[in-house]
Amino acid sequence: MKNFFKIIYLVILSLISFYQANAAENADLLKEEWSFKGLFGRFDRGSLQRGYQVYNEVCAGCHSIKYLTYRNLSEKGGPEFSIAQAKAMAASFEVIDGPNSDGEMFTRPAKLSDKFVMPYENKKAAEAANGGAYPPDMSVLAKARSGGVDYIYSILLGYEDPPSGITLDDGVYYNKYMYGNNIKMAKPLSEDIVEYADGTKATEEQMAKDVSTFLMWAAEPHLEARHKMGFKAILYLIILTVLVYFSMKKVWSRIEPEV
Amino acid sequence: MSDHEYVPKSKFGKWFNDRLPLLSLASHLADYPTPKNLNYWWTFGGILTFCLITQIVTGLTLAMHYIAHADMAFESVEHIMRDVNYGWLIRYIHSNGASMFFLAVYIHIFRSLFYGSYKSPREIIWIIGIIIYLLMMAAAFMGYVLPWGQMSFWGATVITNLFSAIPLVGEGIVNWLWGGYSVGNPTLTRFFTLHYLIPFLILGLVVLHIWALHVPGNNNPVGIDVKKPSKDTVPFHPYIVLKDGFALLMFTIVFAFFVFYSPNILGHVDNYIEANPMVTPAHIVPEWYLLPFYAILRSVPDKLMGVVAMLSAILILVALPWLDTSKIRSAVFRPLYRQFYWILVADVLILGYVGAMPAEGLYLLVARVATAYYFIHFLLILPILGFKEKTIPLPLSITEPVLVGSPNLATVKKKEGLN
Repeated sequence: MKNFFKIIYLVILSLISFYQANAAENADLLKEEWSFKGLFGRFDRGSLQRGYQVYNEVCAGCHSIKYLTYRNLSEKGGPEFSIAQAKAMAASFEVIDGPNSDGEMFTRPAKLSDKFVMPYENKKAAEAANGGAYPPDMSVLAKARSGGVDYIYSILLGYEDPPSGITLDDGVYYNKYMYGNNIKMAKPLSEDIVEYADGTKATEEQMAKDVSTFLMWAAEPHLEARHKMGFKAILYLIILTVLVYFSMKKVWSRIEPEV
Repeated sequence: MSDHEYVPKSKFGKWFNDRLPLLSLASHLADYPTPKNLNYWWTFGGILTFCLITQIVTGLTLAMHYIAHADMAFESVEHIMRDVNYGWLIRYIHSNGASMFFLAVYIHIFRSLFYGSYKSPREIIWIIGIIIYLLMMAAAFMGYVLPWGQMSFWGATVITNLFSAIPLVGEGIVNWLWGGYSVGNPTLTRFFTLHYLIPFLILGLVVLHIWALHVPGNNNPVGIDVKKPSKDTVPFHPYIVLKDGFALLMFTIVFAFFVFYSPNILGHVDNYIEANPMVTPAHIVPEWYLLPFYAILRSVPDKLMGVVAMLSAILILVALPWLDTSKIRSAVFRPLYRQFYWILVADVLILGYVGAMPAEGLYLLVARVATAYYFIHFLLILPILGFKEKTIPLPLSITEPVLVGSPNLATVKKKEGLN
């Protein structure tokens, strides 16, 4: 039995390390201490709220988050704005609705039940406005790149002047964490580009951290519920396993001495 | 089968059982004599049944919310993850459940290889098992297509394109599979239909697998025939039920850890990018459990021969009971086979590793050597080994190794000397 568990353990360990090695092709990403990692990981509420502000004021000009709904902003486990705040945030956007009883489409302020308004009508329009490069939708971006949230954080802070000898085309920028080092997004963050509502100093690192946290939540809005339930579920399973183990020992003791 | 005929106590029970012997069946299952020396490697049959039921139950629930349409599939999965109550839990159980299912099935298969469970009189159990394994791969592959991410789309493109290797009719077959001239909506809807169907086929085959098992009874670590029922056996309930239950709980702890704390680690990040026929991912890799076969496929330069090699790698297992010429079942008494067994395990792990790497340079060379060795193991080593190997004498009954804790040559010999 000891051997058995040793082998199982090794198999699982090698499986995991194999995948991590696979995922961490660009191993030298900037590493940040994320509050949402680990068994009890929770989002930093303030960071999420500031992250929304950065997204809204900096990213949202080009990047959509089409799977988020305004009501999500006030839901448990997210930025947890008050419902009134979320309503006001939604109302600052216009959505096209209809047709009304006259058969006409009309615009109205967005409601809590509306999806995040997209900056462009469609993908082609987004490409046309950005030199042919589509600014990816950010709904699940934190799960769609190897390195995940660290990758986003690194990209935001990875802008540099190109090394001598490399000339870049117009509208192409040098980023040391981007695949191939060429990125079509201009450096989005600079100090004090947003003025945080809570008075936090808006350094580049701070904004990168906040918006990365926000994007992790956008990709995984039930992360906190998952961690909470996971702890309870595993604890329950461990207790049950111990009980079954002793029941098993007791029952098997009936026959073993007889042999 | 138990020797005594089961007679229900109540009058109604007797009336019912005479017409449909369900109670007799339940009694047979509870009393089923099981070798008492089964180790924990034998608990994976029960674990696999659990995996299948879990996949079916979570799959049914997902199907209530999923939309099998090329324009809506990706979005509907996000809808499940965000808006369906506990949708994230159900989906993560289902997607990690597939990996857990394969983890368990590989342990189950390699247990069988080590202890010679495929040998006479258990060939039919083994062959049904191989069919189940094939169906599992089909179901898993089609399931991976359903979220309609980049890996879904391009994985489907690569795998279905394999059929174009068939001479003359290949192209036609591929178009027929796709329902068009490329992977698209018709492909998605038929994959969804088949993904829904296959688990129930597997369920039926599992019943046959267990039925076929209950005729000769379980093999055991010593690999000798056991008289049933006897002091070498214990009734399935409560002994094996508790032991399987304990192992299953251990397994679910690992399972839960993946679901709750690293639900995406076994998947590929590209599958969170919606399918785009205009953009090919840099590396197209299948899920980890298909990697060894993917490596075999890519190690053969010719497309048709690659497909043939990949299929043969699985189908060769059907012939295994006859390729292995040794009469001794358990590797415990086969010192040479035991070494070759572990080399095969390493070989398959290496194939899995190079399957995930780009097929070039050293990786390709290693893949070719490992592929060649895989076939050599089954086609040359096993048949020859049966004749050449000097095996260790078998004990007279399983009681003995149970007594001393492990099969021990010295005690076996001593006993033979005493007789």
